[in-house]
Amino acid sequence: MADIVAPAYRVIPIVPVLKPGAMEGKGPFVANEKINEAIGFPGKLAENWQETHDAVIAKMGELLGKYRSLKVYMDACVHCGACSDKCHYFIGTQDPKNMPVARQDLMRSVYRRYFTLPGKLFPALVGARDLTREVLDEWYNYFNQCSECRRCSVFCPYGIDTAEVTMAAREILDSVGYGQKYSNEIIGKVHKIGNNLGLPAPALIDTLEGLEEDVKDATGIDVRFPIDVQGAEVLLITPSADFFAEPHIDSLIGYAKVFHATGTSWTLSSMSSEAGNFGMFIGNYDQLRKIAMRIRQAALELGVKRIVVGECGHAWRVAYSFWNTLTGVGDGADANDRFAQMLQKQLDHRYKQPAHICEFTWDMIQDERLTFDKSKNDKHIITFHDSCNVARGSRMGDLPGGQFDIPRNIIKAVANNFVEMRANTTREQTFCCGGGGGLLTDDLIDLRVKGALPRMEVLQQVVDEHGVNFMATICAICKAQFTKVMPIYGFDRRMVGGVHQLVSNAIQLGPK
Amino acid sequence: MDALFATLFYVATLLFVVGVLQRIRTYALTPAPLKIPTTPAPTTTRGVVMRMAREVLVFESLFKANLWTWSMGWLFHASLALVLMRHLRYFTDPVWAWVGMIQPFGMYAGLTMLLGLCGLWVRRLFVERIRYISTPSDHLMLLLLIAIAASGLLMKFVAHTDVIAVKSYFLGLMRFDVQALPADLLLLSHLSLVVLLLVVFPFSKLLHAPGVFFSPTRNQKDDPREKRHLSPWAAKLESEN
Repeated sequence: MADIVAPAYRVIPIVPVLKPGAMEGKGPFVANEKINEAIGFPGKLAENWQETHDAVIAKMGELLGKYRSLKVYMDACVHCGACSDKCHYFIGTQDPKNMPVARQDLMRSVYRRYFTLPGKLFPALVGARDLTREVLDEWYNYFNQCSECRRCSVFCPYGIDTAEVTMAAREILDSVGYGQKYSNEIIGKVHKIGNNLGLPAPALIDTLEGLEEDVKDATGIDVRFPIDVQGAEVLLITPSADFFAEPHIDSLIGYAKVFHATGTSWTLSSMSSEAGNFGMFIGNYDQLRKIAMRIRQAALELGVKRIVVGECGHAWRVAYSFWNTLTGVGDGADANDRFAQMLQKQLDHRYKQPAHICEFTWDMIQDERLTFDKSKNDKHIITFHDSCNVARGSRMGDLPGGQFDIPRNIIKAVANNFVEMRANTTREQTFCCGGGGGLLTDDLIDLRVKGALPRMEVLQQVVDEHGVNFMATICAICKAQFTKVMPIYGFDRRMVGGVHQLVSNAIQLGPK
Repeated sequence: MDALFATLFYVATLLFVVGVLQRIRTYALTPAPLKIPTTPAPTTTRGVVMRMAREVLVFESLFKANLWTWSMGWLFHASLALVLMRHLRYFTDPVWAWVGMIQPFGMYAGLTMLLGLCGLWVRRLFVERIRYISTPSDHLMLLLLIAIAASGLLMKFVAHTDVIAVKSYFLGLMRFDVQALPADLLLLSHLSLVVLLLVVFPFSKLLHAPGVFFSPTRNQKDDPREKRHLSPWAAKLESEN
């Protein structure tokens, strides 16, 4: 840890010089047999390389037949370079294989060799190569240096999304016993205990009771943190970091205060105490679905009318974009779709299903059911970091772009001082925090620090120009990543926090 | 010579048409199991059509990415479109009125097409990170297109070929009646290179042309909460439990 230093800010933010091999061998820890087998993957690579080789090619063929995205994206790239300077990991590490196109080409070169005629006939001409152990190691290394943030896909003239390629690569690696420790270990915990952090139900219940006391001490008001309440109206699904990590917990208190102030009956679920879904990070549909099914099960068992999701970036992408597909949490299933109808009949479709906590709070603000003392946030000069998965993989509200406007509207409703960071680093062009996509692990701290560079540069700008001292965000991973890397860049770790932390500061709870 | 080129053109056209259709068929039949539009995305079909139109006609995403690549790339593609339309006069008799009207523009489009290609190649050669990602085939593809444009322009502006004979040759090909082709080196090079282009199209990165229409990040509606999206293989998982 001691040797981790922040890269220097670029004086003019131009494209860095290439440093080939800069991040070679800097991938994350490999999962051991126990971790892999616990979630149904082979424990380790086969002794015999040929066996692994054939399995990789077969799996690749299978995925090419299952995912149109992968199929089209393997063919369509023309190497125009539009994406080449857009990745935060490339900007921070200068390793050319962290350019989105080069990262994709690690797989595309193998695709060409085994699945296209020119690659079979003239491999050198079209950049095709045989799959060797070295190539597979390179996949492991560099596909675990992508946070699946989709920034490159904004700029690609064909919409090629490196996240799709990374997910496919990780799925192939897992299928031959070459999984990543951090993600696979976490998936094991969700299945075994119910959340990513491995917090068992009794500990969770304890924590919530403690929170009730804390809030009572601070405000004098009995704000409840209910769990496993049958027949509650709202089921809150939130990242487990919200239960005890700093600054996450302050947002959890914020959600509870919003529910309290609006008189909403709500509950958490001890069985399904996790919004995060690392199944997406490893590109495995079965895991993605299995993890999401816990939410369906909790909703059915508790008989709730609404499902609301807490501040978590990729969780909101999974909830917004995939839950309806995976589990039926949503609307508009066919009348004869019994699986989805079973749940959709129970949900109240006057509201969006699922809803983001920001949508919930913003609706309540618009209905004038919440009052705030904005001066309580006057100590903060606030900026907002758009989290990648929310920005480019989801929506809030009725209009495209609501995912940008609604959190900002809330901040402006609860605080007086708000400034934007530079325009080509916010909204759909936002930079990843550097820790997303299953990379929020200490064995990747060097990569995480470097990947945060573009965001830290523009944060420094608003700090210098406007005295910004608080960066709000709505993602558990962003919060954890920034808390860790910002001190390395010379910022106070308490500068980062949730939108509902600000809500919590300003909300008026007493009788109106 | 006449028969040889006739055979080449028939075979190349067949490969091109069958190859591209086969590829389109594969794209169309491969399921897209999850909703993955790059957001903010349109919420209606009409919106998606507009988004695709902006992408295909003015290269919206590329415009956001890099002005050099965008301007040269767009110049090349727009010019190519005009040049192709202008070439319809060799395949229609009488020439369609609108094809007649664009002839003067098409002529200059040949020049701007060449300019665009050279601009793209300069970028590929001299910008470090673009050179890094280039394969030999990327350079050769540009070379091929440059050679086609240059040989065409030479016939237009330097050494004229017998266009009347060329036209009757192609009209003949279209009714399977092989006519005499002028034995002109420039013309024969131009045609050979076009044959080559037709043949490599379905096996190369030129598949970006049909591919863009099938890109789920661009062609999907943003409506996952409103409508359940389920692919056949994913639906099967539900019947299993």
